[in-house]
Amino acid sequence: MEMKPMKLLAEWSYEPAKIHRGYSRETLYIGLGNKDGNYRFEKRPVSDDMIEKFTGGRGFGLWLLWNAVNETTKWNDPENEIVISGGPFCGITQYPGAGKCYSVFLSPATKQTYNSNAGGYFAPFLKFSGFDALELQGKADRPVVVFIDGDNYKVQIFESTLKEINSYYSSEELHEYFAKDEEDKRTISVVSTGVGAKTSYWAGMNFSFYDVRRKAVRLKQAGRGGGGTVLHDKGVVALVVKRTHFTGLENDPADITVIQKAGASLHKRIHDYDDVQCKMRTVGTAHLTEVMNDYHLLPVNNYKFGQHPDIDKINTESYTKLFTQGMADGCWYGCSLACAKAVDHFKLKTGPWKGREVIVDGPEYETAAGLGSNLGIFDPLWTIEANFYADHYGLDTISLGTGIAWVCECYELGLINKEQTHGLELTFGNKDDIMELIHRIAHGADEFAVACGKGIEFARGYFAEHYGADLKTMEKIGMVGQGLEASEYRCQESIAQWGGYFLTLKGPQHDEAWLIFMDMVNKQLPTFEDKAEALFFFPCFRLWFSLQGLCKLPWNDIEPADNSIKYKGLEAARVPEHLKNYLDIYEAITGKPLSREGMILQSEKVYNFERIFNLRMGKGTSEFHQAPDRGLGPVWEDEWNARPEYFDEKLREFGENIEGLSVKEKIDLLQKHRRDQWEQLKLAVYKRRGWNKKGIPTLETVRRLGIDYPEVVELLNRHLRPEDEFEK
Amino acid sequence: MKVMQVNAEKCVQCGECMAACSKAYFKEESPALSRVKVETKAGLVNINICSQCGACIGVCPTGALLRDASGVVQIRKDKCTACLMCVGFCPSASMFFDGTKQAEPFKCIACGICARKCPTGALQLINMPEAK
Repeated sequence: MEMKPMKLLAEWSYEPAKIHRGYSRETLYIGLGNKDGNYRFEKRPVSDDMIEKFTGGRGFGLWLLWNAVNETTKWNDPENEIVISGGPFCGITQYPGAGKCYSVFLSPATKQTYNSNAGGYFAPFLKFSGFDALELQGKADRPVVVFIDGDNYKVQIFESTLKEINSYYSSEELHEYFAKDEEDKRTISVVSTGVGAKTSYWAGMNFSFYDVRRKAVRLKQAGRGGGGTVLHDKGVVALVVKRTHFTGLENDPADITVIQKAGASLHKRIHDYDDVQCKMRTVGTAHLTEVMNDYHLLPVNNYKFGQHPDIDKINTESYTKLFTQGMADGCWYGCSLACAKAVDHFKLKTGPWKGREVIVDGPEYETAAGLGSNLGIFDPLWTIEANFYADHYGLDTISLGTGIAWVCECYELGLINKEQTHGLELTFGNKDDIMELIHRIAHGADEFAVACGKGIEFARGYFAEHYGADLKTMEKIGMVGQGLEASEYRCQESIAQWGGYFLTLKGPQHDEAWLIFMDMVNKQLPTFEDKAEALFFFPCFRLWFSLQGLCKLPWNDIEPADNSIKYKGLEAARVPEHLKNYLDIYEAITGKPLSREGMILQSEKVYNFERIFNLRMGKGTSEFHQAPDRGLGPVWEDEWNARPEYFDEKLREFGENIEGLSVKEKIDLLQKHRRDQWEQLKLAVYKRRGWNKKGIPTLETVRRLGIDYPEVVELLNRHLRPEDEFEK
Repeated sequence: MKVMQVNAEKCVQCGECMAACSKAYFKEESPALSRVKVETKAGLVNINICSQCGACIGVCPTGALLRDASGVVQIRKDKCTACLMCVGFCPSASMFFDGTKQAEPFKCIACGICARKCPTGALQLINMPEAK
């Protein structure tokens, strides 16, 4: 350990709340002052109404943030908060995927609310220390480490003595600092970010857990939306929680036997079928690269193409060989799906730790594609190095990949040049220069790197103003929505997935709906109404996991062997037996029965509340639901010419006579038709969600959901207009 | 390595082994709480008891499963988080649980209590040589 003893700045003792039926019913508030050293601590009660309307996790985060800010609050105002909360499932050990939490904050990237999920041990330990949520507000007067001591029931704020803030360094140091010995390191979890947070809006937060087999700190990311940037802006180097004793019954569930039975049965299913289904235990989500390539969904060169001849270099086999096999790679106890794969003894070739051997967490699919094929790079070793530094610097690998992919296309189109990039040749596939750009973005090395690191929306304005780059062209090709870079799937050929990306609460992040196979391959959503139904149901269904402290993967990345025989179509996609497990376990924890309809209703309350919150922050209307041309179809001739017969056929399906048309004319025509479809989809989805034509929830909707708080009604009354209502 | 040798053909399904086991560890006679299970499968007697193969050791996320000096796989309760991954991943389904009694799973630790009660020699505690 390098760090010197830290000076104690503030300390409070507390009487811990006893967890009962999944809730401690108290939250922890930590105020950092306004750079004046005025540190504050409060325990706050959780009301029945809070549980009924917001359930936990992301719901608690949104409600606590709503009460902390007003409509003029900006992401870097002291009033902004980071709220971290698990949910009633969070911390159970018997069922896979129950260690998750959501971090909610006003985002520097999207200028509205954001919520980002992570594994690791932080949220369970926070709960076992007596808190359903942590609210962090204000700005410290110096770099601080916040320590929640769940063994001695104390909260302490220390002046950081860490030599650097990068995540692997700070997390390893802090595990060592707060642990009594090697054995004790597993009782600690650290939330940190890295130097990327100083200038970039892409900085996420790393949540640690201690891997007792490797004897090393592992990191899981709440990567998206700029939470790390907010953490750094608050002067917080790290949040640390310590909790030594727990039993597996810490949530005081109503009936442990139901949870045990469901858990043991799913462990057995994973043991029996993972190898022939998703191979999560051997390669994690990286197994998806070749599947996506098969269906033209793998993003290649800024989403221009969906396939590449070099796919074999980044396929399951390639990554399986690089990941250490046979380790217990769950990011919380009891996750036998164990997708948190790692590369051991990886020798870095670049950057400040060049020559050092490290453990790299991942890459997961998003990173394998984002910091791989989407940059025209098909070299897993390069991707692993980029993955390591992104995590270390605190940079979100998805935004980093999508953002740089867009920069590369700008460069290849001549919109920016080598002088402006300070000597970097940013063509697709140019590994050395792209790696150098990653280091420069992290360190804010020059004005070009800083502009890139603030995201596509900012950078295209900067490139237009300072370099004279054509804004319209940059808008066409930038895969961004609501200030957030898209995750790593090409959605062009699935109308439903346009909505899954661009009709979302927080931007093109596929955690709301992934409908591509259902829509494009299996043709289960033929009408706009069918697509709208899916874009109502799945966002609510998936949001439910974020309220509970659950990972989505054990729901459908393992299935009963006979799932598609016993069930068909949409019902099969819901994986009914696993759905039933969740309903049974919810009741077994909380003592309250939950139906399928009740599950969707729980989510719908929070879904609509989040939408209204964004309206309050000046967003949250149809104006901000924009899809770039690249998201809807080909933009340039080379994209069309990669699948000319396919696209010709798509035009004929619109009844067009395409004889004699140039490729450019065909592209314009297809874009026009798809833009019309996009507008139709928007209205169908808004109607199904109980919103008006401007994408705003109606009074009828909020009353039905019971979220018609006076402030909500007053806000809606200012925005709802009779002419925007759908006909009954 | 100490291990329970199963001679199923000698079993008369009297249930003495299960009663003795559950009595020893849970203070009540209950087949559900026994670490050896005698069942009939396809008309044949099946005795399910841990073979000390150790597959569970590799699965445990906390290192709570360890082989002791006699080669017997033991659960260290202070390290166990009751996740039951070892239950799902046991190749012979010989790791058991009952949350009404204790959070942690339980298994045969080759103590020999059941063998001593067995009237026919269907269960025998033996010392197997270590594989070279």
